[in-house]
Amino acid sequence: MSEPGEALRVEGLRTWFPIRRGVLRRVVGHVRAVDGIDLSVPTGGTLALVGESGCGKTTVGRSVLRLVEPQAGRVWWDGVDLLALPPREVRPYRRQLQIVFQDPLASLDPRLRIRDAVAEGMQAFRIGANEAERTERVAALLRRVGLAPEQMNRYPHEFSGGQRQRICIARALAVEPRLIVCDEAVSALDVSIQAQILNLLRDLQAEFGLSYLFITHDLSVVRYLADRVAVMYLGQIVEERATEALFGDPRHPYTQGLLAAVPSMDPDRPEVAAHVRGDVPSPAAPPPGCRFHTRCPEVFARCRHEAPAPYAVPTGASRCFLSDPKVA
Amino acid sequence: MLSEGRALPPAGAGCINAAVGDAVLEVHGLTTTFPTEAGAAAVVDGIDLHVARGEVLALVGESGCGKSMTALSLLRLVPKPGRITAGRIVLNGRDLCTMPVPDLRRVRGREVAMIFQEPGTALNPVLTVGAQVVEAIRLHERVSRRTARARTVALFEEVGIPDPSARVDAYPHQLSGGMKQRVMIAMALAARPALLVADEPTTALDVTIQAQILELLRRLQREHGMAILLISHDFGIVNALADRVAVMYAGQLVEEGTRRDLLAAARHPYTVGLLRAMPGRVAPGTRLAEIPGVVPSLEERPPGCRFATRCPLVFEPCRRIDPPWTRVADTQAARCHAVADGTA
Repeated sequence: MSEPGEALRVEGLRTWFPIRRGVLRRVVGHVRAVDGIDLSVPTGGTLALVGESGCGKTTVGRSVLRLVEPQAGRVWWDGVDLLALPPREVRPYRRQLQIVFQDPLASLDPRLRIRDAVAEGMQAFRIGANEAERTERVAALLRRVGLAPEQMNRYPHEFSGGQRQRICIARALAVEPRLIVCDEAVSALDVSIQAQILNLLRDLQAEFGLSYLFITHDLSVVRYLADRVAVMYLGQIVEERATEALFGDPRHPYTQGLLAAVPSMDPDRPEVAAHVRGDVPSPAAPPPGCRFHTRCPEVFARCRHEAPAPYAVPTGASRCFLSDPKVA
Repeated sequence: MLSEGRALPPAGAGCINAAVGDAVLEVHGLTTTFPTEAGAAAVVDGIDLHVARGEVLALVGESGCGKSMTALSLLRLVPKPGRITAGRIVLNGRDLCTMPVPDLRRVRGREVAMIFQEPGTALNPVLTVGAQVVEAIRLHERVSRRTARARTVALFEEVGIPDPSARVDAYPHQLSGGMKQRVMIAMALAARPALLVADEPTTALDVTIQAQILELLRRLQREHGMAILLISHDFGIVNALADRVAVMYAGQLVEEGTRRDLLAAARHPYTVGLLRAMPGRVAPGTRLAEIPGVVPSLEERPPGCRFATRCPLVFEPCRRIDPPWTRVADTQAARCHAVADGTA
């Protein structure tokens, strides 16, 4: 069950995708995209889920909204386990949990005018008494996200990337959600436009008390927006901390490597450090023991055969033997 | 009121570090146009660049500013119907714009090589990566297949591909994005070019892999004295690699200086705005600075300063008159009326 101050709580989430081969399409293995994770999104706050491509972060977002079906785990929302609901009973919750994707052009129907794209969800959930009322609400939403209401009869291709992302945000807001999953929502945007959208997301959070599950690969964005950060590697959470603690005193070697690899903009510190060597192993065959041990600069014998549990560290947890007070 | 040293010559005004004898690349007034419904539009509009031997020059800007088209123009690879309509591109003392195509083919790869954002799309999927590098070597040198293969293995080793003698027989799809970019770099290095044009070489890569590739490029540049023209939208990457930086906006250069000049003391309001908009720079809890609006489209470019529609310092002359280059330090110049007036 979720605790006070928690909007969304994920427990033991596992989403595996079957790998099928041959004419009979037999299952020969599984991609362990999400392999037993726990998360907590604070009410009115932001949990950032960070990781590199293929770590499973996008699958977490989709699993929470049941856009893909997880094999195991619980997703607590308002005292209800969303994963235990039969599919048609999930529908009312779709109104409360919305998602904004990376590529706004791909998530907008090219033949639908903006007015209809934004009003679609309202219609589905019977928000607004009639079309005129909904149109009025669309105008207000467009204005709120920084677009001119007069533009509502245009088509998606007539807008820039940043404007399209504003449209997607307006569409998500239209059904009065309480939580928005932002899946790389600003990653495709230029810096100057990204700043506009990040500020907008922050303003909307304060105004509507929204909670965000913010999925991204970009650590600098995380620091700006998130209250807490969960770092994901090969289907697992390796470190989960309050944002400033994570950036100021990262405990897991993967987090440390990630932060060191981010190019700084300090002219006195130009070098990036490539502490994390090699490539990410396949999530279909994660390494035994600690999943990070093949790339870890601090690997020792135990890591190769024994999987570390999450150990308590200030403001959170780290899944590394070095975080065990008995080891360190 | 004019600031000191304002009068720079109009041609080559962007090249303030012009140590001409030492240049591997000199670009003067490069203009590349594309036909539009409203007539020809200059996607690259009178660019001056200067890259010294062994130097890393970063060309920075947001999407659509013309930085990639500048890179393609340098190799005379502008896709049709675009074409270079003015300017000179002098590589190792010879003008590529007037060079016959057979000569140009010899220059490409041997004197200047290019790597791209998506290494996957630049590799042939049905040939092994080794075969593609062997082909590149044999295009420039009369050597046997066996020699070229041995060289390929050595190049793979040099760019940090593990188990190089086995990886030469791999197909592109068997390699990760980072490994494919290493293959592209190996191929680019094959003929030891004096200049490498790297167009967003790490943008498609994860941050840990990006760090590895940046480290590799830095090492190659130091060990071989190879000059790099780095095209990027990311000031962090620029800081990691560049010696000097040129900032591009709407087809033109707007500011130029050393890495330290621009990261510590940028003067053009666009450069300043870009740096302030980067979330990595702000203290926690403070708001990001925004640059309002969007980059004007080719058809909507305003007269006068092209940044005037978004500039917080805009004043009377900006909307009418092209801003002059103003030298603000020995190594730094900006193209801005407010800088010229001493108000920026």
